[in-house]
Amino acid sequence: MPDQAPHPVLQLKDLTRVHGSGATEVHALRGINLDVFPGELVAVMGPSGSGKSTLLTIAGGLDTPTSGQVIVENTDLTTADRKQIAALRRRSIGYVFQDYNLIPALTAAENVALPRELDGTSARKARTEAVAALREMDLDSLADRFPDEMSGGQQQRVAIARALVGDRRLVLADEPTGALDSETGESVLALLRSRCDAGAAGVLVTHEPRFAAWADRVVFLRDGAVVDQTLRSQADSLLTGQAAER
Amino acid sequence: MSIRHGLLALLESGPRYGSQLRTEFESRTGATWPLNVGQVYTTLNRLERDGMVVQDGEDDAGHALYVITDAGREELRNWFRSPVDRRSPPRDELAIKLAMAVGAPGIDIRDVIQSQRHHTVQAMQDYTRLKAQATDVSPDNRDDVAWLLVLEQLIFQTEAEARWLDHCEARLVRLSLMNTQKEKQRRKEQEGAADAAGDGTDGQIRPADPAPTGEKPSPASRVGLGRSRSR
Ligand SMILES: Nc1ncnc2c1ncn2[C@@H]1O[C@H](COP(=O)(O)OP(=O)(O)OP(=O)(O)O)[C@@H](O)[C@H]1O
Ligand SMILES: [Mg+2]
Repeated sequence: MPDQAPHPVLQLKDLTRVHGSGATEVHALRGINLDVFPGELVAVMGPSGSGKSTLLTIAGGLDTPTSGQVIVENTDLTTADRKQIAALRRRSIGYVFQDYNLIPALTAAENVALPRELDGTSARKARTEAVAALREMDLDSLADRFPDEMSGGQQQRVAIARALVGDRRLVLADEPTGALDSETGESVLALLRSRCDAGAAGVLVTHEPRFAAWADRVVFLRDGAVVDQTLRSQADSLLTGQAAER
Repeated sequence: MSIRHGLLALLESGPRYGSQLRTEFESRTGATWPLNVGQVYTTLNRLERDGMVVQDGEDDAGHALYVITDAGREELRNWFRSPVDRRSPPRDELAIKLAMAVGAPGIDIRDVIQSQRHHTVQAMQDYTRLKAQATDVSPDNRDDVAWLLVLEQLIFQTEAEARWLDHCEARLVRLSLMNTQKEKQRRKEQEGAADAAGDGTDGQIRPADPAPTGEKPSPASRVGLGRSRSR
């Protein structure tokens, strides 16, 4: 939660996205407004097809809106040039895709190191950081494996390590727990939560209420629009006074 | 809820006074289900009547000390051994509310679902935060471990409810789509009958239009076809 009105890391303003045109037109987003502040983790929930992935890809500069603005760390992605967007994506934005998207020809460590190397970090330093990020996911022993030599859940965790490596200000995760068992999924959430507690802004798309519950705010999408959102209670006592004191 | 067995379980570790039992019951369950002293004594009286506990002296203030009997131990073992009955579930207010909301005039059931979902998810957010605070439990502190288990039970239970609400909504969207399609077909049939006025009744049922044209596929039309999972 923001303390002294800091500036949002991510701002979406009147965002719309129409796929296709004419008879096949799909209004995937219809006027979304959303600010995500440093230290805040926002979960986005909604039925399949409600526009969650569309929202996230636009926030990550991977897709452009039909209208509206996307501002990441004071850069408006809708007017920035490609180079600026690419730099933001390498430096500030960590992205976990719904289908984890590792590069098959690279090992786990190389996959994780890639964004850092592209950003000019020396290969050795990038490798060290990558191994550290893998260790956080309990995956350091798999550093030299290729994606097709890992289980789905392991690939997923490598993809998460890649999104968290370096100092990302904005972490966007689309169903990052999809391929994980309940306990591992929880450890991923705990990690995401701790990144946000350390000052990053996070947006998590999920179908799982139990994972969404780690967020400070849960936003509900339906047919491309925000229909509702919850904040966690301000009050500390939820069960009884005694319970909360423990 | 079995206060009875809870008290027996606590008494198995040694004789206790009523007020002690109350405190221990609450600290074991994180005060999730607070007990009042009256409930504790009523329960103890019944246990005594049934031969599960006996009194063994009292303190200076006249409070009785209770001790578990062999019959009580047997009862407790049986309790741990047998599953909790889920086949005669207690009345659930939410299920009743949704059942009543189906077709209720002036009520949009999706709003009923969303307001419950809001509440349920928020409760989960709160439980999850309590849990995050509780994870530095020491594994040999019985109360800490028990509290974590109780909290996680609350999280899983609210999760089941949230998922069920998602499911209800998806199901309702699908049913209402089926309804609109039927309605459309009915109208078409009526128009057809009007065109061919005088041709009498045929009552023939035409196959449903497989792909209604000229309609934008609403995103909601994908709802209810199961979740897309990443592998
Ligand atoms: N490239 C595209 N071309 C046409 N329509 C698209 C395209 N991408 C998405 N859509 C449509 O936009 C809507 C929103 O899709 P989106 O992928 O954002 O949904 P989602 O909420 O992420 O769903 P899920 O939970 O299934 O992942 C859907 O109706 C989808 O069919
Ligand atoms: Mg999606």
